[in-house]
Amino acid sequence: MRQKEVRCVVTFRTTAAAMEMERLCKESGLPGRLIPIPRTISAGCGLCWSAPSEAEGALEDLVMAQHLMIDGIYAVLL
Amino acid sequence: MIYLDNAATTRPKPPGVVEAMTDAMMSWGNCGRGAHAQALASARAVFSVREQVARLFHAKRADHVCFTPNSTLALNIAINGLLGPEDHVISTDREHNSVLRPLYRLHQQGMGLDFVQANRQGQLQYEEFEHLLRPNTKAVVCTHASNLTGDLTDIGWIGTFCRAHGLLLILDASQTAGVFPIDMEAQQIDVVCFTGHKSLLGPQGTGGLCIREGVEIRPFAVGGTGVQSYLETQPADYPARLEAGTLNSHGLAGLGAALDFLETTGMDLIRSHEMALARRFYQAVHQIPGITVYGDFTTEWRAPVVALNIGTYDSGTVADELAERFGIAVRPGAHCAPRMHRALGTEEQGAVRFSWSWANTEAETDQAAEAIRILATEV
Repeated sequence: MRQKEVRCVVTFRTTAAAMEMERLCKESGLPGRLIPIPRTISAGCGLCWSAPSEAEGALEDLVMAQHLMIDGIYAVLL
Repeated sequence: MIYLDNAATTRPKPPGVVEAMTDAMMSWGNCGRGAHAQALASARAVFSVREQVARLFHAKRADHVCFTPNSTLALNIAINGLLGPEDHVISTDREHNSVLRPLYRLHQQGMGLDFVQANRQGQLQYEEFEHLLRPNTKAVVCTHASNLTGDLTDIGWIGTFCRAHGLLLILDASQTAGVFPIDMEAQQIDVVCFTGHKSLLGPQGTGGLCIREGVEIRPFAVGGTGVQSYLETQPADYPARLEAGTLNSHGLAGLGAALDFLETTGMDLIRSHEMALARRFYQAVHQIPGITVYGDFTTEWRAPVVALNIGTYDSGTVADELAERFGIAVRPGAHCAPRMHRALGTEEQGAVRFSWSWANTEAETDQAAEAIRILATEV
């Protein structure tokens, strides 16, 4: 298994919201990718956006500016 | 074979639709089920179709586009999810059974229900809306165009009426989406119910609802959504709220390609082509002795449909003659529009409906008119 590091994880309540996040991050040049939601955050299945922890501020700005429908932003050891 | 039954389903589909569906079936995983590349490819494409539909209807939020297999299910979800026995609803005689039967069922459970009547020419008297208002009137449910005559309903007028009286407007856009402009903001529409396989030129098994922000529809079906799996109730957020179970992402791939075609070609160009052919046919047949054409042809602004009868001939017999002798496919009978046929006085005879789409030609239209001329002389 790869070495774990703290990542910034954004969770969503729908797949559609995850898709919108991915598209806007790509358009804005923000790092990260969609991964299965870690069980430390939620036992439900679904997608989340995983990015380097230093991107947290930029991601929060994007979420606020675009009114993205997110569930939460977490720092998670992945 | 000349296909003039496009109001039932458009045929053929535009370039790219079949290819998109084939590619999807050969490569995609399940939309919203997993984070591997194949599942994400499907999820991205489905979201892209949500954005296309939102653009088409001038909706603010792509995540308020919820997919269903057809407009009948979309209408059932909207009607049953917004209305109840305590409410009163206004609809029109122009409606298809996809609107009528859900309303009738609620009416049997106690919901008040009134219809703005169509006259003998199939026209609505808009002042009737005001007369039918009750204190508990909650919504107007209506079609954008009669699937029988092609006459358009003035949804701008109805949208203004609904806002003035605090009513919801649920629109059945089955016959018009993709060909006629629909603007949820300007026309003040709360829910647009659409099907993919008619004027949107996509495959059967696709459709949905486009919902104005703030309109809360109770889910019709509940089940798997790929998210919030330990929640015992359906997730509250659109689109998951109304999308229990695996989506028809393969069909939606085709719908996306059809929407690409509509965007690239242009709605205005497609509509002009279809309307010109329908008008050409009308001009050729309406003065033939024994022919009765239904609907309002004093306006150019109408769906590309011409419904007619030859004398008192059974419409099914006429359609069969057209198919067997002339190779022309049309739709006879009641067209799932019982109130409209009663209004037109064609309940017994039905009507022979011709309907055009992007791929039809003037030559086909002229052959159809000639076939009607021949049949009319044989009566």
